[in-house]
This record gives sequence, C-alpha cells and structure tokens, in this order.
Amino acid sequence: MAELVRIRDLAVKFHTYEGVVEALDGVNLTINKGETLGLVGETGSGKTVTGLAILRLIMPPGRIEQGSILFAMDDDGYVDLLKLTEADMRSIRGSQIAMIFQEPGAALNPVFSIGEQLTEGILLHRRQEVVNLAIETIDKLLKNTSDLKGHLLRPLRLFKRSLYKSIREKPNRLLPRLIGRIPGVRIVLNGLQEEAENIAVSMLREVEIPDANRIMKQFPHELSGGMKQRVVIAMALSCCSKLLIADEPTTSLDVTIQVQIIELLKKLKKEFQSSLLYITHNLGVAAELCDRVAVMYAGNICEVASVLDIFKNPLHPYTKALMLAVPKPGEEPHAIGGFVPDALSLPSGCRFHPRCQQAMDVCKQTNPQLIEIASGHLIACHLFKGEQGASSR
Amino acid sequence: MTGFAFIWYNLKKSPLSIVGIVIVFIFAMVAIFAPLIAPTPEGHYNPYMIPRAGYSPTPEPPNAEHIFGTTQGQYDILYGVIWGTRTAFQIGISVIGAVLIIGITLGSIAGYFGGIIDEILMRITDIFLAFPALILAMAITIALGPSLTTIMLALIIVSWPSYARLVRGDILSIREEDFIQAARGAGSSNFRIIIRHVLPNSIYPVLIVASLDIGAVVLSAAALSFLGLGVPEGYADWGQMISFSRNWIVGTANNAFAYWYTVVIPGVFIFLFVLGWNLLGDAFRDILDPRLSRR
Repeated sequence: MAELVRIRDLAVKFHTYEGVVEALDGVNLTINKGETLGLVGETGSGKTVTGLAILRLIMPPGRIEQGSILFAMDDDGYVDLLKLTEADMRSIRGSQIAMIFQEPGAALNPVFSIGEQLTEGILLHRRQEVVNLAIETIDKLLKNTSDLKGHLLRPLRLFKRSLYKSIREKPNRLLPRLIGRIPGVRIVLNGLQEEAENIAVSMLREVEIPDANRIMKQFPHELSGGMKQRVVIAMALSCCSKLLIADEPTTSLDVTIQVQIIELLKKLKKEFQSSLLYITHNLGVAAELCDRVAVMYAGNICEVASVLDIFKNPLHPYTKALMLAVPKPGEEPHAIGGFVPDALSLPSGCRFHPRCQQAMDVCKQTNPQLIEIASGHLIACHLFKGEQGASSR
Repeated sequence: MTGFAFIWYNLKKSPLSIVGIVIVFIFAMVAIFAPLIAPTPEGHYNPYMIPRAGYSPTPEPPNAEHIFGTTQGQYDILYGVIWGTRTAFQIGISVIGAVLIIGITLGSIAGYFGGIIDEILMRITDIFLAFPALILAMAITIALGPSLTTIMLALIIVSWPSYARLVRGDILSIREEDFIQAARGAGSSNFRIIIRHVLPNSIYPVLIVASLDIGAVVLSAAALSFLGLGVPEGYADWGQMISFSRNWIVGTANNAFAYWYTVVIPGVFIFLFVLGWNLLGDAFRDILDPRLSRR
C-alpha cells in the first residue's frame, strides 16, 4: 500500500514556565492510503499533539522542534509539511487534511447557521467546482428563456455568467472579490452560494442527517450532540480530504450514538477513499474501526501493528499491560502499577521502565528505537533487540 | 422566526427599548428637518450660528416671536436646541464611529495575536487610561485650540482605550474556543478568522457599549462646551447653551425660577438624548446578541 503520510523523528516541545515539556520525542509513524490508523494511549501520551502537529496547529508555547512530515500530493510527489510556508499550509488544511475535534459542540461557531458554516469551507476549497456548477446552471436557465421572466432576467444572467467565468479564470481577480464585500451588490454572487448550498445539503445527506434542508438553517445549539458531530464530519469531508484526523470524536457522545458515528466513519471512509487517523483511548473503538493501531506512551510510539496483532499478540510490555487493564465484566481490571511520568521530568532511557515488569539495566540508559520484528509489526523495546527483522523502518 | 418578525417579538417584550428607539428617532427627525422647524433667517450666512435678537445680556422669557425665549446675549433658544441636535448627532456618531474603528482594530490585533504585540498595545492603552478622561480631553482641546473638531478629536483620544480593552477581553476568551482551532484546521487565514469567526462572537458587547456611549460622549462634549472649551460663541450646541445660562441659574432675588427656560430647555434636550441612547443600547442587546435570545 502506498504511504500517504510519513512522520519521521518528530519532536514537539512546550516551553512552559515550569520548564520544557517534551510532548513528542522522535515519533515515527506512517499512514497508508485508504487505511484507518488508530492512535491509542493514555491521557497526555501525545496523541492529540501528533494530530495537531500534522496540521501544524501547535500553538505557542508549543513548537515543532525537529523531524519531517512527508505528505503525498496528487502528483505522487511528497512534500514536507513542516517546510511549507504558512499560506501553502493553509491551502492544505481543510482541502487535503481535515480534522474532527473531540467536542462537536465547541467545534461549531455558535453565531452562524449550519448552512453558512458548511458553505464557507466549500467556497474556500472547492471554488473551481462551485463556479463550474454555477455556470452550468445559468447556461441551462439561459436556454429556457421562453417566458417573460426569462427574458427580463436575461441581461442579469449574462452578466453573472461572465462574472463567474472571470472568477474561473482568475480566482483572485479584484472585481469579484470587491463585489463579494459589498452588501446588496453581493447578490450577483448568489449563484455560487446556491451551488455551495446544494453541495452542503448533499454532504448532510451523506452523513445521514434527516431533513437536511431544515438543518441548514438551524444554529448549532439547536442540534443534539450526535447531530453536531455528524455536521462536523460533513464539514471535514466536504472538501474531499485525503486524510481525516479524528481526535476522539465519540468521547463526548453516549454509546448508542458512538456506534452510529463509528459506522458512519467506516462507510464514509470507503466512499471517499480517504485515510483516517483515529485518536482514541478507547481500545474497543480502536478494535472495531482500525486497520492498524499505534500505541503511544509519554511522547513515544511503543508499538505499531495490525489491529489483529495488537489485540491477539501484543508484544510491548506496555501494550500488554494496557490490554489487561481493559475492564471486563465480572473481573477486576488489572491496573498498570505506578503513574504516568511527569511530563517535566521524564525518566531516563525507556520512558516506561519505572512501571515495566520486565525492565532491564539497559532500559534505564537508552530509549529503544522502533524496529520491525515481523512484517508490519513495529516495536520499541529492548526485549526484542535480538529478534530484529531484515529492515528497520 | 427570522429577521424583522423576531426583532419585533423581542422588542415587544421590553417596552423601554421601544421608548428609546422612539426618542432617538424623534431626535433624528428633528436633526434632519431642522431647517423646517427652525428656519434660518434671511441673510444669515452660517445656519449653525444661532441668530440673535439684540445684544442685551439679560435673557428674555418665551414669547410669540421666540417660543422658548432667548438666552444670554439674546440668542434664540428654540433655534439653538433644534440645530444643536445636529451638532449632538455629529459629535456622538463621528466620535463613536472613529472610536469603534480604532478600538476594534487594535483590540482584535492585541487579543488575537497576543504575546509581544498584545503587550505593546495594551501598555499604550494603559498610558491613555492613566489620565482622567475629562482632564485629558480638556488639555488636548486647549492645546489644539477650541473648536468642534478638536472636541471630537479629544474625545476620540480619551475614549478609544476602553474599547480596545473591551474588544481584547472578549477576543481573548473567544480565540481559545475549539471552533477557532477548527477554522484554522479548515484552512482559514488569520484575517478571515478574526472577521468571520472571532468578531461576530465578541462584537455585541462592544456595540451595546457604543450605543450607550453616544449619549455619554455628547454629555462630555457638553461639559467641555460648558467650560468654554468648545465651539465658538453663538454656535448651536447644547453645552454652550447651558453655559450661557450659568449666570442665570439662581434667578433673581425675588424669583428663583425667573430664568428657568435658559437652563431647563437645553437641559431637557441633553437629558432626553442621553436617555434615548441608553435605552436604545438595551434594545440593541435584545436584538443583536444571538446568545441572549433565540432560545
């Protein structure tokens, strides 16, 4: 499978008043085209920071210190997202990579209707397509100038068509941009707005929202949590993103809605042929949804394997402990001994060694590298040094 | 419910808002139709200069020729208050307009970008806020030479910092919201985020304060005029009309209310104008703030 994103040696540090927090320390991760990669780990292990770093949305005092994030563009070449200018990065955000946030209510702007918010993204990233659709619609209308109204509106429609064509040729031409700013005159651009609204309605239908036309006019607070999350997913998908980063999208929803959203994500991912980076601390959800799973601990990737391998044959001591810690009915859960290390004073060597049952002397000194011990099964642990496979990725 | 039906629904619930709107509307009509209500006499070169019926310092009580009487120096009170309405609107709207532009721009830059930019801009506003507003306005007016323009300029200089503060505070809380991050994640530029996502969520308190402040600004301008720092003598301005009545407030030895009209009439105009804008501020809040309504 072709790689979509290749993260190499990514380090993110937060320069806080108390000291430097190494949120990510040399993270290596690959996301293939069309796959769902689950990113699991405890709170504070760096899952969300990884997601934000891909979009370069780490806000001060956080900073991406080193590494590279290679992203496959349409022409089969790779670009390093960390080397792009801010303007280039903006055109990738939303159109190539989209993010779904944890709290669906907070991710929507409370003062705009659902329709306005959906069309904003569509007009921003799919302008060309919208313009073409608008020209087609006007052409159709111009052909049917049989009645009086058609004749009366003909000059206006001709003007609109020429305006849209000029937008198609040069999206940044001053005149249409100026027109878009003047209230009242702006109405000549309503053809674009209508087409964008049509796309938005079809997107809402895609995420299985009933009565999409009515929802378009409603405000976020008028919708339930599940509906809002569907709207957020529709917004993320409306620009045909190749990579969808979902940061615990079901955490704030109740279980029945969670199932619906997960089923929806599964269906949409297939339909839109995009990859999904699914950040969660819910191993059950990861097992249900993901093709591969990466386990994170204190800013490091511990183990990456296919979902079957991770659950049937976990190798890293931390993954094993994590699997045991999943509560099962009628059983006491096995808590992992010790605590998550303080981010300001991480242990030396392997960050898991103070809590690890099988810790050795070498664990206290060096942090193990991620090595491939079986096909597609990567692990960062000194226990497996001898069994290193042919290629270390 | 959308648009006007919704606004009307909200207004009906608060009759005081309607009173505010009516008062401001009446004042607006008075300002617009000033030439019809108080026609400028023939040969009078500047309509804003109050025509005088002589040079006697003693005010004349209301009579057929001068319905509201004349004040010190025989200036016609009716003409003064009617044309003074125009001056009041001119001061209120241009000062608040300029203050809004400056305050919103600087406040959103400081609040949104934070860091050193915020620090610099906010320390500058602190410097302005450190002076008592009216004293600073007086100093500026005296330094630049008393005139209507300098009054407005002085009021702009003393009132923008509180607006920048207000906008910044609101933006600080809004910019941490998830939907701002989401907008950034959807590829919006900083400018677009400020205009489309941050300001619509934080502008309402500012607009409400602005409409309340239009009255306050007119009051401050009147205070400056009263102190003799404002418009040239004889210019139609409520503050100056009250300053004309300064010597006549106490009345005569036998009759304390002998010259009541010199102070009460311009005073009532100022009072109603400020009251109208204050009530309108509440109305604005009812209409504009979607978080407060639309439940």
